[in-house]
Amino acid sequence: MNNSAMHRAYTLCAVVLLFAILFYAENNLDTYSIQILNLVAINAILAVSLNLIYGFTGMFSLGHAGFMAIGAYVCTVLILTPEQKESMWILEAIHPWLANLSLPFLLAVVVGGIAASLVGLIIAIPVLRLGGDYLGIATLGFAEIIRVVITNAAPFTNGSLGIKGIPQYANLWCNYGWLVVTVYVIVRLLRSNVGNVFKAIRDDEIAARTMGVNTFYYRVLSFCVGAFFAGVGGALTAALISTIDPKMFTFMLTFNILMIVVAGGLGSITGSIVGSIIITFMLEWLRIVENPISLGDFEIPGIPGMRMVIFSVMLMCIILFRREGLLGMREFSWDALARFVKNPVRFFSRASRSTSGASGK
Amino acid sequence: MMLTPELFIQHFFNALALGSLYGLIAIGYTMVYGILRLINFAHGDIFMLGAYFVFFSTIAFMPAWLAALLVAIALLIMFTTFRDKSKATPAWYWGAQALLLGLAGYYGFISPVEFQPPWVLAVFFAIAVTSACGIVVDRVAYQPLRDAPRISALISAIGISFLIENLGVVVFSGLPRAVRQPDMLVKPIIANISAITGNADSVVRISPMALIVPSVSLLLVSGLLWIIYRTKPGLAMRSISKDIETTRLMGVSVNKVIALTFALGSALAAASGIMWALRYPQIHPYMGVLPGFKAFIAAVFGGIGSIHGAMLGGLILGFIEVFITATFPALSGYRDAFAFVLLIVILLWKPTGIMGARTEEKI
Repeated sequence: MNNSAMHRAYTLCAVVLLFAILFYAENNLDTYSIQILNLVAINAILAVSLNLIYGFTGMFSLGHAGFMAIGAYVCTVLILTPEQKESMWILEAIHPWLANLSLPFLLAVVVGGIAASLVGLIIAIPVLRLGGDYLGIATLGFAEIIRVVITNAAPFTNGSLGIKGIPQYANLWCNYGWLVVTVYVIVRLLRSNVGNVFKAIRDDEIAARTMGVNTFYYRVLSFCVGAFFAGVGGALTAALISTIDPKMFTFMLTFNILMIVVAGGLGSITGSIVGSIIITFMLEWLRIVENPISLGDFEIPGIPGMRMVIFSVMLMCIILFRREGLLGMREFSWDALARFVKNPVRFFSRASRSTSGASGK
Repeated sequence: MMLTPELFIQHFFNALALGSLYGLIAIGYTMVYGILRLINFAHGDIFMLGAYFVFFSTIAFMPAWLAALLVAIALLIMFTTFRDKSKATPAWYWGAQALLLGLAGYYGFISPVEFQPPWVLAVFFAIAVTSACGIVVDRVAYQPLRDAPRISALISAIGISFLIENLGVVVFSGLPRAVRQPDMLVKPIIANISAITGNADSVVRISPMALIVPSVSLLLVSGLLWIIYRTKPGLAMRSISKDIETTRLMGVSVNKVIALTFALGSALAAASGIMWALRYPQIHPYMGVLPGFKAFIAAVFGGIGSIHGAMLGGLILGFIEVFITATFPALSGYRDAFAFVLLIVILLWKPTGIMGARTEEKI
């Protein structure tokens, strides 16, 4: 057995272990903890997909909430039963095309992702000619347009009332399954030649173009793959929390994901996953500052809104004092783990010297 | 649908007022972008702060000690930023600080009263404090990242913007508040325009704010243009926007000039926020987000870096919003999307904007 086959076997074992932990969690944890675990998986999917667009291809996109909205709405409309649709669309009757349309959940999620990816393609063709912060503001504009259209297209989306009572199909297995799929696809993509092109574009687009790379094609490709997984993430969110409305998909949502990506490290898949674990848990944990705390007879009143203040201060601190994020551009690898197990002290001193550690998973 | 002359005139003034408000905010974006090549995401929130400061000092009655303390802090910030370090601190500064802190102490501990100044004073108070906030934003979020990649500064801008909004929720509470408008600003001006239409009973009703806003804006923009084109700090600003390194070598203290840019931009945003609150009398901590984005789009549309362009872009955006919704009421739900469509059209068609003269790489 050569080295890479062994690593593959290790990875497989790790995935099996992950699902064993999930099995344990499902039977032994309360609903609230399971909900947080679900959110971790969905945030990780979203963060990894944004990292592909921004961290690996260097396109500052602020349109993630828009893609999520599309995935969520498409998937929701496809999984609701005809009776539910009829009773939910009060203001305007549902469009006859959609009234009886129904797909199994897994397929609906894929369709949601594809829809987001198609919209991504339509957006990408005009917008990706821009670069830098103009690209950011243009994608943000598109996300906002998507939201306004959803609010107004009542026959399809039930307008600003939103959709309630979505069947909660997105359980632990589904979310973590999608997470594994996402990470697998994106890691394979990044380790292929296409991934090298992405990184070349990120590091110097003009140089990449001089080497004969059709940079526009690859930028669109990266954008659409990212949009697909953002759509999947949106669809899973809808099926997890069972209510969606246009107000959910504001810039705030993109900001949260951006925060995860920046905190974890731009250009590190491992970083995005670690970031989503830390930040999802922290956002839940920070809820205590908004609730009153009683210490014996003494009660500290909760401050509504304080959670997001702390969250923004954290982002500011990361960007001001540790711009490369938690992991920088380092990735997890079995070799690195082996080195760490053999000699932890040496591992860290080496890691701090070379910022671009071993790649691969 | 055709517009009647009466409706047309009313919409014209509404559009003029809305456009001027956008224009005033857009100037702040365009000045900062022209100098630092940075989208100051927090600018919309500075606009919100302006509205809140004037609200608290005139309607909700801010405690007088807090008002005095805020002015003292604003004075401290401005003074430490713009002071000529080679000269000794003048006596008037210590005198003013002592007076303000004395007032704060007196009203805080000895005789607590609420602060209800006349309108004009409240407006100046709000503008001064908001300007100081603009300087602080630059100091905290942007100055440490001057040499960092531009995208880092942009993330920092988004971060500080969220910080201000959420602090707004904590300090001012997230509930929308109604602003009480002075009576003289509510009573519409009624004009008979039968001379134009030939119809004896055709009258137009125009809110006084729709006339005040464009006039005040014109005044403020003229003042700004005077500062930028006729004074020495203005010369430094224009020079920085051309080449920051050379300007530094010429002995200009760049950070001071950038702080001045932020102060001026924030003052205009505060003025706009105050007038916005009087015209659309409801304020909440997120009120600056959408006008902020729209004003940025106006700045891009007019040609980022150009003051005239920003004002023109703001006016055009105001006219587009008002007249499209007036002519096609079916589209009124999409009102907030017009600006973004306009942005995408201008970016694809002419990324330098209608007044943008520079042809160097911008995108």
